[in-house]
Order: sequence, then C-alpha cells, then structure tokens
Amino acid sequence: MAHSGINVLFAGHNFARLMGGLWTSVWIAALSILFGGILGILFGFLRTRSNRLVKLIFRLYLEFFRIVPTVVLLFLVYYILPRQFNVNWPGTWMAVLAFTLWVAAEYSDIVRGALESVPKHQIEAGEALGLNDRQLFWYVSLPQAFQLALPGTINLATRVIKTTSLLMLISVMDVINIGQQIIEANNNEHPTTVFWVYGLIFILYFIVDYPLSWWERRLRKNSKEVK
Amino acid sequence: MATELMRVDHLDKYYGDWQALHNINFSIHEGEVIALVGPSGSGKSTLIRTLNGLEPYQKGTITFEGKKVTPDKVSWQKLRQEIGMVFQSYDLFPNLTVMGNILLGPTKVQKRDEGEVKAEAQKLLERFELADQADAYPRQLSGGQKQRIAIIRALVMHPKLMLFDEVTASLDPEMVRGVLNIMQELAKKDHMTMIIVTHELTFAAKVADQVLFLEDGRLRETTSAKQFFTNPQTDRAKEFLASMDY
Repeated sequence: MAHSGINVLFAGHNFARLMGGLWTSVWIAALSILFGGILGILFGFLRTRSNRLVKLIFRLYLEFFRIVPTVVLLFLVYYILPRQFNVNWPGTWMAVLAFTLWVAAEYSDIVRGALESVPKHQIEAGEALGLNDRQLFWYVSLPQAFQLALPGTINLATRVIKTTSLLMLISVMDVINIGQQIIEANNNEHPTTVFWVYGLIFILYFIVDYPLSWWERRLRKNSKEVK
Repeated sequence: MATELMRVDHLDKYYGDWQALHNINFSIHEGEVIALVGPSGSGKSTLIRTLNGLEPYQKGTITFEGKKVTPDKVSWQKLRQEIGMVFQSYDLFPNLTVMGNILLGPTKVQKRDEGEVKAEAQKLLERFELADQADAYPRQLSGGQKQRIAIIRALVMHPKLMLFDEVTASLDPEMVRGVLNIMQELAKKDHMTMIIVTHELTFAAKVADQVLFLEDGRLRETTSAKQFFTNPQTDRAKEFLASMDY
C-alpha cells in the first residue's frame, strides 16, 4: 500500500486533468507576459522621456504594484471588479488582468533601466552620423537596450510562471488547484497521494521554468564575456 | 587662397557658472589640417565637440561654408552629414557588423543606394587593410581595427570636415601607428580638411598646417605648425612642449 499513491496520478482522468491545469497556468502566464510586456515597453519608454508629472505617475504605479503582494492584487481584482464595477469575467481573465498590471509595472522598470543604460557615447556616435531622434532610438538605443533587458525579461517571466501557483486562491483551476482536489479525493484511501501529486507538480514547474532560467544564466555569462 | 570652410568667432561656453571656453576665434580653410593641443583639462575636447553640435555654446558664432550655424537640433543634424567625427572610444555599434556600422549613416540619413555605398565601403576597407572584416562584429576586432573602421564610418558620409577627438589615446602603443598613418594619408593624399585633438606632438608637427594651443579654455597661441614647434611664442606653450618631452 505504501506506493499506491503513485497510481492515483494515473487513475481515471487524473493525469489529463493535471496537464489541463498546467496548461491553464501556462497560458495565463503567457498572456500576462505578452500584454504586460507590451504595456511595460510603452510605460518604460514614456518614463525615459516625458515630463515630471508623467514620470511621477508611472513611478507611483510601479511602486504600488511592487509593494502590494500579488495575492492582494488578485483578490482586489477578483472581488472589487465584479462588485463595484459590475465586470463579470471568468476568474482566469481576472487573473490575466491582475498579472498584466503587475508585469507592466515591473517590466516598465526593466525597460527604463535598459534604455538609460545605453552608453552616452553610443548615442553621440549616432548623433555624429546625423541620425535624428527617431533614428537614434530605432537604430542605436533600442537594439542595445533589448540586449540589456533580455536577462531581466526572462527572470520576470520565470517569476510570473511561479506566481501562477497563487491562482487557486481565486478559484482558477490551475495545476495546484486540481492537484489539491485529487489529493482531497484520495487522501483517506491513499495517504501518500500528497507526495506524488506535489512531486509531480514540482517536476512540471521545473520543466516549464528551468529552460528559461538556464537561458537567462547563459545570457548573463555571455554579456560578461563581451565586456 | 583656399576657401574658408569653418570659422569660429568669440565663442564662449559655460557648464553652469563655470566657463569652459573663453572667446575662441579661429578659422579653417579647405584642405587645411589644424592640430588642437594643450594640457589635459584645457578644453580641447569641449571645443571640438562644440564644432559639430555635441556641446552647446552660449555666446559667439560658428560659420560653416559662409553660413552662420543656427544652433538648434535640426540644423546640427543636417550639418553633421558634412562634419564627420571620430571619438577616443571608437563607439562602433556593437549590435551591427562592420559593414552595418558603415552603412547606417549613408543609407538611413543620406538615403543613398545601399549597393553603391557598399561598394564604396568595400573599397575603403581594402584601402585601410580591413577587407576581410566586413562581416565581423566590433567585439571581434582590436582597438586599432575598430578605430580605423570608425574613421571609414565617418568618411563614407563624404564629409567636408573631419574632427578627430584624441583618437589614439586609448589604443595600445603598437596600434597607434596604423591609425596615425591613415590620418596622415587623408591629409596629404585626399587633402581632407581636419581638426585633430591629439597628444601625439610628433604626429601633429608632421601633418598640421596650423596649431591651436589651448589652455584653461583660452586659445593662447594660433600659429603655423612650423612656428609652434620650433619657436613657440608664449612661455606657457614652451612649458607645455617641454613637459611633453617633445
């Protein structure tokens, strides 16, 4: 009976359900990174140019999302939007919204930092060729900022994927929530289920996240070698 | 007498309250080479950077080809196609190949035909013994190679005036010669009009027609190179030449 817990993983549709939950986590993370990334690039760009007021607003926005725990954000979106604003979206889309706002805030800071880290000499070399502002941004700042922002971008993506584990708190059927259901249904009969289910979830998250973090580490190493 | 290409009148520059350049006056004619020399911190780099609008100035005028320069962004952007500049730190764009670096200005700013510019670039690369490097990235090159490519990047724009801001100062000694030879060739063979900020006084004596000796943001001496190196007029210039072990 000691190893019977592993059979639970493959009983009925359990494995398929877990993979379905993983897919939910992954697409929510992917959409949040996509939308948040686009917004973050825009916000980050605005923070390098605009006037003080615009800078202050984006700065406050960043600080708010950095300080407030993601769980609180999820709850805020999940409870306040339907009640106060009559927005009745499914929990998954609420999650995408909350994560997008969070990613946009964090990513704007990465983009701003990268744009500001492009050496002044490089900009001057472009100016000396007669490039105008738009050309300087497009041909000099942006490609170099992209290189500088890449490790931070991947790092943020891995954090978003990990943080999807909070989605069960707003009743999204993510991989953790489904795992929890399977455990609760089988725990009496097979007390070791909990180890097998969470063991599998551990491996699944690892499989999704590890390639990203490996890529990030490689990029950091390469960029050091270039210098 | 060759035509006057650029002239600077009563130019003052401030950083905040501190005056970096005091009443600078000089002019350069077509085909002429000016060496801008002086102790470090004397304002040589500041002066040469004002000549293509990288540094703003507060008083005085710069005249280019007989027209007074309006010191705003757009006029400078246009003028920089006529005034090439090479920097101490080369500043090739690391994300572009050698050819990409050379093509950027002519194709994007001057909207010239890429094929035509490429052919010209290839000729320049061959002339400066860099023919095999067209597809290399800057990080794969030595400092001397990078600086020669930075010179080509400026030349391919067909500038009327070239500015060199201590272009050999961060090179390893064995790389300096190659870069200086190119500059000398540009002066003697191509009759390029050039202003050169340099600490290489032997080189300056060889290529320069005129020497501007700058100290504390003031032009202490504006003389022919011959006169400056054999018979400097001011005590400060004498001290400077002595200190440089020239």
